[in-house]
Amino acid sequence: MIEGARWKKWVWFYLPLGAFILGLLFPFYWMAVTTLRPDIELYRPWNSPLYKPFWTSQPTLEHIKNLLYETLFGQWMWNTMLIAALATIISLFCGVLAGYALARLRFRFAGSLGTVIFITYLVPQTLLFIPLADIIRDYRLGDTPWALVLTYPTFLIPFCTWLMMGYFKTIPKELEECARIDGASRWQAMVYIILPIALPGILSAGIFAFTLSWNEFIYALVFLSSPEEKTVPVGVVSELIRGDVFFWGPLMAGALIGSIPVAIVYSFFVEHYVAGMTGSVKG
Amino acid sequence: MPAVRSSRILEREDTLAFWLLFPTFALLALFIAYPFVRGVWLALTNATVGDPGHFVGLKNFVKVFNDSIFREAALNTFVYTAVTTVFKLALGLWLAVLLNRHFRGKSWVRAFILLPFIIPTVLSTLAWKWMFDPTFSVLNWTFYKLHFITGRINWLGDPELAMASIMIVNVWRGVPFYAISLLAGLQTISPDLHEAAAIDGANRWQRFWYVTWPLLLPVTMVVVLFSVIQTFADFQLVYVLTGGGPANATHLFATYAYQIGIGTGLLSEGAAISLAMFPALLLIVVFQLWYIRRVENR
Repeated sequence: MIEGARWKKWVWFYLPLGAFILGLLFPFYWMAVTTLRPDIELYRPWNSPLYKPFWTSQPTLEHIKNLLYETLFGQWMWNTMLIAALATIISLFCGVLAGYALARLRFRFAGSLGTVIFITYLVPQTLLFIPLADIIRDYRLGDTPWALVLTYPTFLIPFCTWLMMGYFKTIPKELEECARIDGASRWQAMVYIILPIALPGILSAGIFAFTLSWNEFIYALVFLSSPEEKTVPVGVVSELIRGDVFFWGPLMAGALIGSIPVAIVYSFFVEHYVAGMTGSVKG
Repeated sequence: MPAVRSSRILEREDTLAFWLLFPTFALLALFIAYPFVRGVWLALTNATVGDPGHFVGLKNFVKVFNDSIFREAALNTFVYTAVTTVFKLALGLWLAVLLNRHFRGKSWVRAFILLPFIIPTVLSTLAWKWMFDPTFSVLNWTFYKLHFITGRINWLGDPELAMASIMIVNVWRGVPFYAISLLAGLQTISPDLHEAAAIDGANRWQRFWYVTWPLLLPVTMVVVLFSVIQTFADFQLVYVLTGGGPANATHLFATYAYQIGIGTGLLSEGAAISLAMFPALLLIVVFQLWYIRRVENR
């Protein structure tokens, strides 16, 4: 950056960056303002002279109360938490083992099995949801958390495997060989030497898997039907809208509070998250 | 002792590999391979909810391809993917270049900028739906006050405009992913190369075009292909914003498959619509595998 031309830096740097930040974050601000705004202000048309969009003079917790006491929102939060946690654990278990095998062991078809996993990574949920709904019904898993706990790993495992493969490859082979010379079995070398070193990678994969599970929509929409079994995204969309009437206060409160767990996990592990995301892209 | 024997068996690399991969492939076979086969079968029958139906050949596909709503959904999907990808790449690259500088609060900005990508899509899309509300739209108010418009904009009520609105939200959600991934790519490019080019007299634009861009291309390709697949198979945005309306004008493959397969219970026809995505997806995946292999072998 050439110093001196101050206005240039403003025009080419601060202004566009500011515009990006404003554009990317405004919807969240809007969620928060709507949550705290009383109905009388909320339903004032945009061309009314009293329309004061960006702040409220009488903040209220009415919508949050309504959400927590009059709807099943608490139950949805709990369901989502449970499903996301279980799906993440299953996926990490499978992904770490598979990633280790593909990165470290020599065996027939290693390359093609890696490709198969990569391809399943690219299969979108919307390709298979109709036959899967049939299968879920056959197994009598419909409308239970298990329908999601067992199907979420299908898009989480390939991702975890791919990420862990990359991570294992960065750990020097010599570490394992030393352990083996000292008499450790292959299995022991993996569990006691390599896995502890790979912990940051496992953490990245876990955080990413958790947020992806929390985010998932179409499987949850199709496989669950009772209101008390739903996850947050499906519950908010399907149960808080009565017919054609949108109760925007509780809706935005639900969107805001429903995002908090993901935001917390993310804020604690930003670096791991970014590492996971960019790692998954680099492959 | 059985423990000793089992550990000795696990000393063999291929046996160990088999057991390590077993859980993964069992789950993938059960919930990806099997549903896929079953989906193909379903699409060749006349099954509905509660009725397994019987084999009807390609009848569903013929019916679907003659359905004007399906054709529009197919066209929408391609246009939607192409337009949003161009915008996401251009804006994402711009943002990545901005973030690649040193400034105060950089790590905070980077952390906050990713929010649209990590917050559950359906929930943030609801906020957009509220912002697009015909009567209470804050966007209309803002543009009106800035004197950009004189009347209201009916964001989701007009067919053409509704598609554009959905694209805006998709770009909004996707830009952070592009930006952060491309930023990671930019950071691997040594500043020495830029200095060398600058000494040779290259201006800022030339340095970007002849130094940065070629080195960034492999990362860019992977990011774009990932995002194209996701966008092509998108469901949530349309489902929340318009539900495919007004007058079925904003359907994509996935939302139309949902409406037919789950909404009206014509499972077989819905499965056929979903599977219609498959050839395009396959093409992208094959291209991606080919490209990655080419880059690796260089």
